[in-house]
Amino acid sequence: MPEPGLYHLLFISAALFFIGMFGFFTRRNLVTMLMSIELILNSVNINFIAFNKYLWPNKMDGLFFVIFVIAIAAAEAAVAIAIIINLYRSHGSIDVEKAEELKY
Amino acid sequence: MPHVISIALIPLLPLVGFILLGLFGRKYFNKSAGFIGTFLLLVSTALALYTAYQYFFDIGKVNGIYQKLVPFKFTWLEFSKGVSIDMGIMLDPISVMMLVVVTIVSLMVHIYSLAYMKGEARFATYYAFLGLFTFSMLGLVISSNIFQMYIFWELVGVSSFLLIGYYYDKPSAVAACKKAFIVTRFADLGFLIGILVLSFYAHTLDFNTLIERLTSPASNEFKAAVGASFIGITALTWGLVLVFIGGAGKSAMLPLHIWLPDAMEGPTPVSALIHAATMVVAGVFLVARLFPVFSMSAPALYVVTFVGVTSALFAAIIACTQTDIKRVLAYSTMSQIGFMMFALGISGLGGENGLGYTASMFHLFTHAMFKALLFLGAGAVIHYIHSNEMKDMGGLRKYLPITHISFLIACLAISGVPPFAGFFSKEEILLAAYHHNPAVYWIALLTSGLTAFYMFRLYFSIFWGKQAHLHGEHHGEGGFAMMLPLLLLAVGAVLAGFIPFGHFVSSDGAALESHFHWQFSVAPVLIGLLGIFVAMWLYKKENDKPAKMAASLNGIYQTIYHKFYFDELYIFITKKILFNLIGRPAAWFDKNVVDGVMNLTGNTTQLISEKIKGYQSGKVQQYALYFLLGIIGIAALFIYVWK
Repeated sequence: MPEPGLYHLLFISAALFFIGMFGFFTRRNLVTMLMSIELILNSVNINFIAFNKYLWPNKMDGLFFVIFVIAIAAAEAAVAIAIIINLYRSHGSIDVEKAEELKY
Repeated sequence: MPHVISIALIPLLPLVGFILLGLFGRKYFNKSAGFIGTFLLLVSTALALYTAYQYFFDIGKVNGIYQKLVPFKFTWLEFSKGVSIDMGIMLDPISVMMLVVVTIVSLMVHIYSLAYMKGEARFATYYAFLGLFTFSMLGLVISSNIFQMYIFWELVGVSSFLLIGYYYDKPSAVAACKKAFIVTRFADLGFLIGILVLSFYAHTLDFNTLIERLTSPASNEFKAAVGASFIGITALTWGLVLVFIGGAGKSAMLPLHIWLPDAMEGPTPVSALIHAATMVVAGVFLVARLFPVFSMSAPALYVVTFVGVTSALFAAIIACTQTDIKRVLAYSTMSQIGFMMFALGISGLGGENGLGYTASMFHLFTHAMFKALLFLGAGAVIHYIHSNEMKDMGGLRKYLPITHISFLIACLAISGVPPFAGFFSKEEILLAAYHHNPAVYWIALLTSGLTAFYMFRLYFSIFWGKQAHLHGEHHGEGGFAMMLPLLLLAVGAVLAGFIPFGHFVSSDGAALESHFHWQFSVAPVLIGLLGIFVAMWLYKKENDKPAKMAASLNGIYQTIYHKFYFDELYIFITKKILFNLIGRPAAWFDKNVVDGVMNLTGNTTQLISEKIKGYQSGKVQQYALYFLLGIIGIAALFIYVWK
């Protein structure tokens, strides 16, 4: 069995990205949408790691970016869940279609 | 050198009064406003007298010539090098004389109003406005810069507007104040353009520099101003005539006089202050201030003479038929200002030729005394009778003895009966006219006869003739506060003529001896006495002679009674011609073109926003989709177009 190369990893990353994108556009449940966003972020992380390993093995830039992304994703999840809880309190639901007052 | 601050305080104290009473008057000083205003002005008057004493007897004269002193000057707004609007103080004989006249008359009016305006709801506001007016007028006369003068000139106009419209619940007063403001503002446009023309050629706005440059025939500025011409008239003459239009507007000269009679809607003390003694002579003062420049242009002086002499005669004729006593006085003011104007117009510069200039300023000085006295006297009568109409008056000499005596003195003064003040000044004007322009002399002589006639028509109608029907309770003459100014001004009207005025004020600053010939005085005094006797014959006892005379001269009488239909003419020009030819097309253009463009812009924006507002749906996922599409679009651009 051959060693997995850059293309394999990029394929996984792209697949993960579009799965996340699909989830984000089709799901109405806010928590699921949040999870989709996490998928997208993780696809980006895989991209960073892959390029770091195969193109500039002597550098650490990609790794640091990944750590940043994970940290920010954690913060974002905390904020997003707070918003979702508030939305649930005010609207009694976490369906994104229900929260559409902010329009023309 | 008198202390600069003591001179600056002369106009600033009334300003303090204005600010204090204007901001806090109605709340805190409604009772004491009169005393505060009067006290501030009393200090101002004392300072003005002190300054005048210092100037005329101590510091003003160098080698027998009165100097133009500028003790204080501050560059306020600089346009380019040498051309700047300064705020300064200029002392010369005429400005110092005006300081004295304005403060004294204003003080008299302040005192008089204590009684006359008592019990008015807006008593404090009244005194605030009086303070504003006094400040602006004093600022006007001491201006060292022509633009500074223009600023104060407009301020004077505003305060006149405010005071005429003091009874703002009376529609006629509102109409009168608007009329006064618009007419004088219209004339001020001429003044502004005149300033621009003169300063364009003289490269300065400073009075002293401007006069110096435009009066020396060798200077480049003078050559340029005389060299340039428009339709055959030199730029210098244009500038001066335009400046004179501003002066004619303020001084109610023909044909811009229409506002003055209506301005009598204001309280009577205001008429005495603004529309008799001080503001309306601003035009004369302006011409006198620029007199050295005027004397370089014969056509401009001719315009001044012509306007002055026609206004004098015209106003005197109208005054003979009016029945509202304040309007008679208004036309009389206009006539006397006409005298001052043409005296300047016929004058030359320097030495004996400058007699007209001295005479004009002398007449301004004495006129301020006796005209203020006449107005205040008329105010006392109106206060007693509660009417302005002559037909409601008569036989009042028993009820108003002090007013009667002082009014008589003022009438004698204005009629030119020796030894009252008006005699001396009018005599000098007539003498100057006799030497320089005989035609003007004869018209002026006729006018002074008419003056005597209409003044004594007024006097006899008020104090003699039929007994007025006095109804209801009558308070006395108005008390000490009203009688004191009358008495003081009466003293002024008797004694002011004995001042050797030529020693102080002359066209070149050197003392001018007035040569007094009693032979010359015979004709003016006789014609004055004739006027008085005719008035006595017609009006002393109640009879039907005046009515018969009016009936026999029906057409002419009606024309004069309607002031030669000047108001109707103005209304015809504005309503029929200007409105139809300019106003209506302009309104059409505004409604259709200007508004159309605006409406089109508005409607288009609204239409577009209606179409596209659906994109802001409130659905988060839709927004994310647009975002994605945008990213894809930009990515496509980067990949395929801008490789």
